[in-house]
Amino acid sequence: MNTLIFRTAAPFLSALMMLFSIFVLLRGHNAPGGGFIGGLIAASALAIFGIAMGVSAVRRALYFHPMTIAGSGLLLSALSGFISIFAHVPFMTAHWIYPVIFGVEVPISTVTTFDIGVYLVVVGSISSIFLALEEKDHC
Amino acid sequence: MTASETALILLALGLPFLGAVLSPIFYRLFGSVAPWLLALLPLFSLLQFLRLVPRVAAGETLTGGYDWIPSLGIRFSFLLDGLSLTFAILVTGIGTMIVLYAGGYMKGHALQARFLSFMFMFMGSMLGVVISDGLLMLFVFWELTSITSFLLIGFDNEREASRRAALQALVVTGGGGLILLAGVLLIQNITGANSLSELFATGNVLRDSPLYLAAFILVLGGAFTKSAQFPFHFWLPNAMEAPTPVSAYLHSATMVKAGVYLLMRLNPVMGDTALWTTVLPLFGGVTLMVGSLLAIRQTDLKQMLAYTTVASLGLMVMMTGMGLPHAIEGAVLYLIAHALFKGGLFMVAGLIDHETGTRDLTRLGGLAKAMPITFAAGLAGAISMGGLPPFVGFLAKEGIYEALATGSVFALIFLVVAIIGNALMFAVGFGVGLKPFVGPKVETPKHAHEGPALMWIGPVALGVTALLAALFSHYFNGHFSGPMASAVAGETVEIHLSLIPHIGIPLALSVLTVIIAIVVYMRLTAARAAADTLFTRLGPGPDTWFDGFVRGLVALSFRVSQRVQPGRLEFYITATFISVAAVLLISLVSFGEMPDLPSIPRNFELGHWVIFALAIIGLLAVINAHNRLTAIVTLGIQGFAVAVLFLLLGAPDLSFTQFMVETLSVVILTLVMTRLNLVPSDHRSMIQKVFDGTIAVACGLGFSLLLMRATEVPFNDALTQFFNSYSKVIAHGHNVVNVIIVDFRGTDTLGEIAVVMITGLAILALIRIRAGRSAEGRQGTDNPVDEETVR
Repeated sequence: MNTLIFRTAAPFLSALMMLFSIFVLLRGHNAPGGGFIGGLIAASALAIFGIAMGVSAVRRALYFHPMTIAGSGLLLSALSGFISIFAHVPFMTAHWIYPVIFGVEVPISTVTTFDIGVYLVVVGSISSIFLALEEKDHC
Repeated sequence: MTASETALILLALGLPFLGAVLSPIFYRLFGSVAPWLLALLPLFSLLQFLRLVPRVAAGETLTGGYDWIPSLGIRFSFLLDGLSLTFAILVTGIGTMIVLYAGGYMKGHALQARFLSFMFMFMGSMLGVVISDGLLMLFVFWELTSITSFLLIGFDNEREASRRAALQALVVTGGGGLILLAGVLLIQNITGANSLSELFATGNVLRDSPLYLAAFILVLGGAFTKSAQFPFHFWLPNAMEAPTPVSAYLHSATMVKAGVYLLMRLNPVMGDTALWTTVLPLFGGVTLMVGSLLAIRQTDLKQMLAYTTVASLGLMVMMTGMGLPHAIEGAVLYLIAHALFKGGLFMVAGLIDHETGTRDLTRLGGLAKAMPITFAAGLAGAISMGGLPPFVGFLAKEGIYEALATGSVFALIFLVVAIIGNALMFAVGFGVGLKPFVGPKVETPKHAHEGPALMWIGPVALGVTALLAALFSHYFNGHFSGPMASAVAGETVEIHLSLIPHIGIPLALSVLTVIIAIVVYMRLTAARAAADTLFTRLGPGPDTWFDGFVRGLVALSFRVSQRVQPGRLEFYITATFISVAAVLLISLVSFGEMPDLPSIPRNFELGHWVIFALAIIGLLAVINAHNRLTAIVTLGIQGFAVAVLFLLLGAPDLSFTQFMVETLSVVILTLVMTRLNLVPSDHRSMIQKVFDGTIAVACGLGFSLLLMRATEVPFNDALTQFFNSYSKVIAHGHNVVNVIIVDFRGTDTLGEIAVVMITGLAILALIRIRAGRSAEGRQGTDNPVDEETVR
C-alpha cells in the first residue's frame, strides 16, 4: 500500500469521493442515491485515505470521534421526526419549506435533515469500526 | 366528570412524581426546611381526594381520563369509588406523614434528597395502582411500585443484605407482576374490557368463562407475591433492610397492600365462586398463622412488626375471600385500621432506633419518661393493633368476629385461626408499643431523648386519626369504610359497628382474645423460645429456598450457555448455516413448494451473460484460492458482478449500495483477517472441506429455490401503484426507494440507523476489550482500557 502513486492520489481521490458522497446524499430524493449510499461512499473515501495515510491522519481529518459523528446523526434524525409535534401531526410527518436563496428556490425539509442524519450515522459507525480495526496493526 | 376535575385528579396523581423531581432542587435551595415544603405536594393530593369524599359517599363513581394509545384502546384513566378513594387517601395521607418523617430520619444523610425522590416515585406509583381504571395502566403502575421499591429497599447499597433483599423483592414482586400481566391480558381477552369500569359492567362473563381458573391463578400469582402471602411471604420481612421510613410506608399504605387491593377490586367480578371462597381463606389463614408465629419469634422491633404485617395481610386476604355476609366489612375496616397502626408503630420503632441507637427489644426499657410523645403514639398504635377500644382497630376486630361467628364449620375453623392470630399480634403490638417504654430503665447505646417534631408528627397524627375514626364511627363508616365495602362487595353495604359493643358472641370472643394475648405478652420470652424451637424443627423456609432457587438458576444457565456457546467461532457459524439450510430446504420440500425449473429470461442479453460468467469465474477463484486474502478479494468479484447486474436490470439504488457494501466488506474483512493472526493458508482436512462445502451448497440451494419460488407467485403491485402515484404528491420525491426509506417508513429507518449505531458501538467495545487484554499481557499495566480511550 505504500506506493508513491497511491499515496499521492489517495487524498485527491478521497476528497472527490467525499464531495460525490454529499452530492449523492442530496440528490437522493429524486434520483438514485440518498443518505445510506452517500454514507457508504464517504466511509469508503475515509477507508482509502486511511489505507494510504494511516489511521491518525484520518482521525485528525475527521476532528470528531467517529462515534460522535454517528451519535449526532442519530440525534439529528430523531429531532427531524420531532418537529412534527409543533404542527400537531404524528411523529415523522414530513415538513417542507421553500426559501429563495440567491434567486433560486431551495426546498428544505425535515426529510433532508433526516437523510443527513442517516448519512452521518453510516459514516460514523462504519469508519469507527475500520479505524479501530486498522489501528491495531500500527500499534 | 368535567374536564377540569379530570385534570385536577390527574394532577393529584402527578404531584408525587413532581416531588421526585423537585426534592433534590429543594434540598439544595432550602436545606432543612425542604421536607416541610415537599410534604405540601402529597398534602395537596390528599386534600384533592378528601374533597371528593362526600360525592363518593353518596354513591357516585367518578371516572375520567385521556387517551393514551388510542389505536389499542388504552386510556390513561382513573376510577374513583369507595375502594380506590379510601386507598388514595391512605396513600397520600400517610405519604405526607412519611415525607416529614423521612426528612427527620434521614437528616444529615448525604443522599437524603435522592431518598426522598425515590420515596415520591414510590408514592406516585402506588397512587397510580389504586386509582387506575385502565387494566394495562394498572399493570404499568403495579410494576412501577416493584421497581421503585427495589430502589428503596436497596437504598443502602453498600450493604450486601440490602442488595439481596432488594433483588429478592424485585424478583418476587416483579415476577408476580408479569404473571399479573398475563392475567390482565387473559381477562381482557375473555371479557373484551379494557378498563375496570368496563369489566364491572360485564357481570358474570368472567366467572362463567371456561378460562376462569386460569385467570384466577394468574391474578392470585400477582396478588399473592405482592401482598406476601404464604409461600411468598419471605421477601417482606427482608424488605425492612430499607431505611425505616420506607418500611413504615411499604407496610402500611403501599406496595404490600396492592395485592389485597387487587383482590378486593376484582371481588365483584371474580369473587363468590367456590374457588375464590376456598383458596383465598386457606392461603390467608396459613399466612396469618405463619406470620404471627414468626413475629413472636423476633426481638428486633422492625422484624416483629414486619412479620405481623405478613399476618395482617393474611387476615385481610382471608376475610376478602370468606364469602360471608359481613366478611368484607371486617376486611375493609381491618385494612384501614392496619394502615393507621402499622404506619404509626413503624415510625415509633424508627424513632426508638434513631434516639437510642438500638432496635433490640431485650436492650430497651423504661423509655417513657425520656420519650413521652413517642410513648403515647406507640401506645395508641398498640391498642389499635390489639383491637381494643377506643381505636378503630376495635371496630375491625369486632367486624371480623361478627362475620366469622355466624358462619358454618368452615368459618369456625377460620374463627379459631383469627383469634389465635389476633392474640399473637396483640402481644407483639404491645411488645413494640409498650414494652420498650415501661419497666426499669435500661442503658442504651445513645442517650435517649425525645425525637424531633418532624419525626413524631406522623405517628401522633396517625394515632389521632385512628382514635377519631372510632369515636366518630358513624361518620367514618358512612364516608370511608362503608363506600369502600360497597365497592368491594359490588353492592351497597352499610356498616353499623361502633365503639358501643353489643353484648354477644363477638364481644365474648374479644375478651377471650385479650386474655390469651395478655398471657402471651406476660410470657413473651417463653413464647419466643417456643416459636423459635418450632421453626428450628421445621427447618429452612422459603427464604432459604429462594436462595437455592437463584443459585440453581445461575448454575443451570451457566451449564446451558457453556453447552450452547463453547466459544468456538466455527461451531457458531456451522450451527447457524446448518439451521438456515435446514429451515429453507425442509420447509420447501415438506410443504410441496418447490419451484418449477425456470426458463431463461427473454431479455437476457450477451452483456448479461458476460457478467454472469465473471461472477462464476469469481466463484471458482474463491474455491481455488490458497490464502485467505485472495479468497476475500476474489469473493468481491462476484459481489461486483451482481451489482452490475442490478444496475443493468433497473435497480440503480440497489446496485450502488451493493457496490459500496462490497468494497467496505472487503476492506473490513481484510482488516479483521489480519488482526486475527490466522494462518494465512487454508489448513483444513479434505473431509472438513467437503463438509463445509456441503453446508455452503445446501444454503445456496435453499436460498435460490426460495427466491425462485417467490418470483413465481403472481406479483401484487398494489404497493408499487401506491408509491408510484403518491411519492411525488405526498413526499415531494421522484425516487420511490428513497422516499419510502426516509418518508413513508421513516420511523423504521430511524430504528435501523439506531441499530447500525449500536452495532458500531458493540464492535468497538469488542475490539477495545481484545486490545486491552493484549496490552495488559504485554506491559502488565493495571488499567489498560484507559490507554485505549480515544479523545
